[in-house]
Parts: sequence; structure tokens; C-alpha cells
Amino acid sequence: MTEPIDAMPPSPRHPTPSTLPTQPMRRTRPPWPARQARRRRPVERVRWWTYALLILAVLVSVFPLYWMFVVATTDTAAATQMPPRLVPGDNFFHLAGLVFSTVPFLQSVLNSLLVAGAIGAGQAVLCSLAGFAFAKMEFPGRNTLFLIVVLTMTVPTQLAIVPQYLIISELGWVDTLQALIVPGLASAFGIFWMRQHIASTLSDEIIQAARIDGANSWRIFWHIAFPIVRPAAFVLGLFGYITAWNDFFWPFVVLKSPENYTAQIAIKALQNNRDIDLGLAMSGSFLATIPLIVLFVFVGRRLVAGIMDGAFKG
Amino acid sequence: MTTTLSPQRAGLPPAPPLTRIRRGIGERIAPYAYIAPFFLIFAVFSLIPLLFTLYVALFEWNPIGDHTYIGFDNFTRLFDDPRFWNATRNTISIWLLSTVPQLIAALFLAHLLNHARLRYALLFRMSMLVPYITSVAATAIVFAQLYDRDYGLLNWLLGLGGVEPIDFTQSTWGSRVLIAAMVTWRWFGYTALLYLASLQAIPREIYESASVDGAGGWKQFRHITIPSLRPVIVFTVVTSTIGGLQIFTEPLLLNPINAQTCGATRQCQTLTLFLYEQGFGQYQFGYAAAIGVALLVLVLVVAGINYLLSTRIRPER
Repeated sequence: MTEPIDAMPPSPRHPTPSTLPTQPMRRTRPPWPARQARRRRPVERVRWWTYALLILAVLVSVFPLYWMFVVATTDTAAATQMPPRLVPGDNFFHLAGLVFSTVPFLQSVLNSLLVAGAIGAGQAVLCSLAGFAFAKMEFPGRNTLFLIVVLTMTVPTQLAIVPQYLIISELGWVDTLQALIVPGLASAFGIFWMRQHIASTLSDEIIQAARIDGANSWRIFWHIAFPIVRPAAFVLGLFGYITAWNDFFWPFVVLKSPENYTAQIAIKALQNNRDIDLGLAMSGSFLATIPLIVLFVFVGRRLVAGIMDGAFKG
Repeated sequence: MTTTLSPQRAGLPPAPPLTRIRRGIGERIAPYAYIAPFFLIFAVFSLIPLLFTLYVALFEWNPIGDHTYIGFDNFTRLFDDPRFWNATRNTISIWLLSTVPQLIAALFLAHLLNHARLRYALLFRMSMLVPYITSVAATAIVFAQLYDRDYGLLNWLLGLGGVEPIDFTQSTWGSRVLIAAMVTWRWFGYTALLYLASLQAIPREIYESASVDGAGGWKQFRHITIPSLRPVIVFTVVTSTIGGLQIFTEPLLLNPINAQTCGATRQCQTLTLFLYEQGFGQYQFGYAAAIGVALLVLVLVVAGINYLLSTRIRPER
């Protein structure tokens, strides 16, 4: 079972209207002869093959990463060995050293940390703020503006890459990190999500009380609303962080000089010839994935809860 | 595909809040200030570029030279360009090959995960998110090697079964399958969790009374599970379409030599990669913008079609 995202809802959460198909049930029932009385059967046992299939799915999920590690600890010779090698070797530090000397990898990782961190934190705050306005404030055009926010989620923006680049170069931002950070701060989904959390966890009575005490809307947001939804904002920031860390297309177009590369672009630079640089590229890929794996060990359960909580009850 | 969106059709905000935060001019403009950053960023980096694409597509647009208005010449040239049709075929094939298995696998997995007495449930769920946190770039590099013709693990396994090695990176269908495998791998667990969340909203009693009434597993799946999941299925179909038609990183990293064309014969060049090649490899911004417009039309048409199709998933009479 996953935990609810909001740590302490001050008011009973309004359960979202359920999507239950009452109709189909009514339809499916009659054909089978109703077997007498309320014989309440215990929940069935989990069959062995359920576990077998799930373990298979886990292996499929984890194996490529494991194998990346195997190649990153041996070298190209191991990757071109038949039958393929399946146990790690002892060459990890040698290859890792090569990665750092071939491209400014440390700088790339720091750039990634900066970009992803700024985007994650920025999204958490900006989306909470906008979500607060949409959930708890009244202003002309509110519903229309919110509809626009939701509609923007379906716009495939990547194909406007040419004018995006032209705008960035007008701003003089080509080959800079703010070209990655600023566009990444806007998240329509984030606003949608935070609006839902604020609407369901922040009671109007609290706002009323704060209002009577003379607090303005900013104070109410910063001292009351944001602390309450911080767990949800944190999960949102995590998703923003992961997405930004792994982003490729936009940084690839915008960044020119190696010292501005993010980790993903550095990986690409390591992979000039697949057959020759394989161990190097694998080592770089693995090194660039480690920070996320470490993060995942600590926050993985909250990511699972975040995805399952999503806005998917509606 | 980077975002998680909501399945709720066109967000209809709830009833107005009880509390009106309204006082003075400052407080009256405050809500607009709170939502302004989003709209400003969206306008500058998404909306204007999108509209601007339509404009640039009408020009012969050299990034450091002249801009000459040429009307619809870019489009007529595009429709006569076999490279464009090749990229379109690749894009659609890869999208189909990745979306269909992904959604079916996710549905199946969600069904397995949705068992009240399943042990290590959190561990299973977390493991299936590992592909999601692995970057596309790293995924592409590992998969290209796992599917290598001479030294790949997969071909080695196939070889044990007596199958001739398949050249996944150099052949047309091979590379399509390979890219689709990367996309499927990345998203199946994530999608399974979305489905699982919806499954858990179905009260257990419905299944219990169905099985008391003698409905077996398949009938329960067909008549209870699928209809309840309809909104989230529609949602995942639409988002995987929007993402699937814009695939870029996987083909770019598949064949490091000839990266921009995904190999010597353009065997796996997608539309987005073709756009990149024309725009940032050949510096034909106008032509690249025309490809962008064509891609936009394709996304809208396909998303529309499969939205219509997936709303047909209704409980049967």
C-alpha cells in the first residue's frame, strides 16, 4: 500500500468522485445463477506464477542497468566476448578515470545538478503558488485561464525547436545554463497537481481565520498553504528534477562548449565510435545514472506514491 | 514523453472557494502575479515558437544569412522528398511497435500487482520504476549493445536456439524494433503503476460478488477491470502518442557514425531527427520548420484518431 502524499490533512479530504462502473456490474450479474447467500470468501492466495512473472518483470527492468555496470567495470574486450560476460570486473576506476579525462565530466555533473536542482525547486514553488491562486482565490478569468493551463499539457512543443532556438539566440542565451533552466520552470501538470492538493488539504476556515488576523494572500500562501502541501510539492520537484536530469534534446541543441555540457550530453560526447569507445560510454552512462539511483533509494517509495496518487482518481 | 498529465478531460475547476481573498488593489492583482510566471514562460518558449514555426516554414531561412519568402515551396519540396516519407514510415512504425506492447504489458502487470496479499509489493513497484529514472541516452547506449549483431546478449541467446543473428542496428525493421524496445522498457512500469492506481479504486467486493456469481478471471477482467480503467487507458494512449511521435534521442544515439540520419541508409531516422538534421545539421531552418508543421499535423491527426478509438472501449451489452 502506498502512503498518502499529504502528511497531515487538516480537514477531511474530500474523496474524489469515484469512477466505479456500477452499470457494467449490474449488467454482468444476471447471466450467472446467483449462488445462494453471502458466502464471504477470503481473498484468494497469490499463486506462485504471479510471483514468477513479477520477478521476471523486475529482472527485465533492472538487467540493462546491471549490465551497464558490468561493462563499465571491465572494458570493451568484455563487451565483445562470447558468450557475454555477466559478472563485474575490477576495471571500474580505470574506466571512470578515463571518462573524467576525456570530457570535463565532473563539470558536466555539476551543471546537471545545478540545472535539475533549480528546475525541481523552481517548479515546486511556482506551481504551488499558481495552484494556490487557482484553488483558493477568486479572480475574473480564473476558469478560462485554468482551462488554458490544462490544454497546454497536450501541446507537442518539441517540434517548434527551430523558433525556440531563434528566441534563445535573440536573448543571447545560446550555450548557457539558463537556457535550460528558465523554460523548464513552467509545468502545466505541476499547477494542475498542486491545485488539486491545495483544494483538498487546505480548509477555507483556516484562510478565513488568517484573513481576520490581517494576513494578505502572500502570507497565507507562504506561512499556511505551502507548509501544508510541502510533501506534494516535494514529489513534484522530484519529478521535475529527474526529467531535467535526463533531458537530452533541448540541451543537445542549445549547449555548444564542453564546459557547459550536462551529464547526458557528456555521455553523447563519449560515444563517438560505438565499437571503440563502448566501455567509456558505458562507464559514463553508469556514472551519470548513479546520482539518480542514490536518490531513488531514498525517495523511490514517494515516487511510486506520487505516480499512483497523480491526478488519476478523476 | 516527459510529463504526466491528467486524464481529466478539459480541467473544469471546482465551485468557487468559500473564502474570498480580495482587498485593495494589491490583493486584486495578486492572483495574476502568482500565475504569471507560468503564462510568461509558456508564451515565450512554447506558444510563440509554435506560431513562429508556421511563419518560418514559409521562408528560405538561413540562420546567419538571408530570409527569403518562398510561400509553400518548403511544403511542396517536403512532399516530394523521399527522406520525409521514409522518416514518417519509421516514426509511425516505431510508435505502433512501442505503444501497443507497452500498454498491454502494463495492463497485465497492473493486474498481477493488484493483489491484496501480494508480498514485497513496494519492492516490485519500485523496481519497475528503475527504467524511468535511467536516462534515455544511457538506455540507448546499453540497448544498442545488448542487441548488437555480433556480440549482443540477445543474439547470443537467439543463437542458442539456432536463430541466425539479427542485425538490429543496421536493418530497417531491426532498428525499429530496437528503438521500440527502448521506449517500451522505459515506460511499461510507469504505465503499470498508473493502471494499478485505477485498479485499486475498484472495490474488492465487486470482484468477490462476481466470483460468487461464478464469473472467472477472464470474465472479471473483461467486464469489471477494463471498463473501470477506461479513463486512464485513454489518457495513456494519448500521451504515449504525443511522446511516441517525437522520438529523438534513441535514434540519434543508435549509430554514432551517421548519427543524424541514424545510419547510412536512414534506416531508423525519425521525423524529429530529420527535423534536427535539416535544421541544425544543414542549417535549413525554413525547411526544418516545415517538417515541424508536418509533424504537428501528424500528432494531431493520430491523437484525434486514437482518442476516438479508445473512447469506444465501452462495457459490452
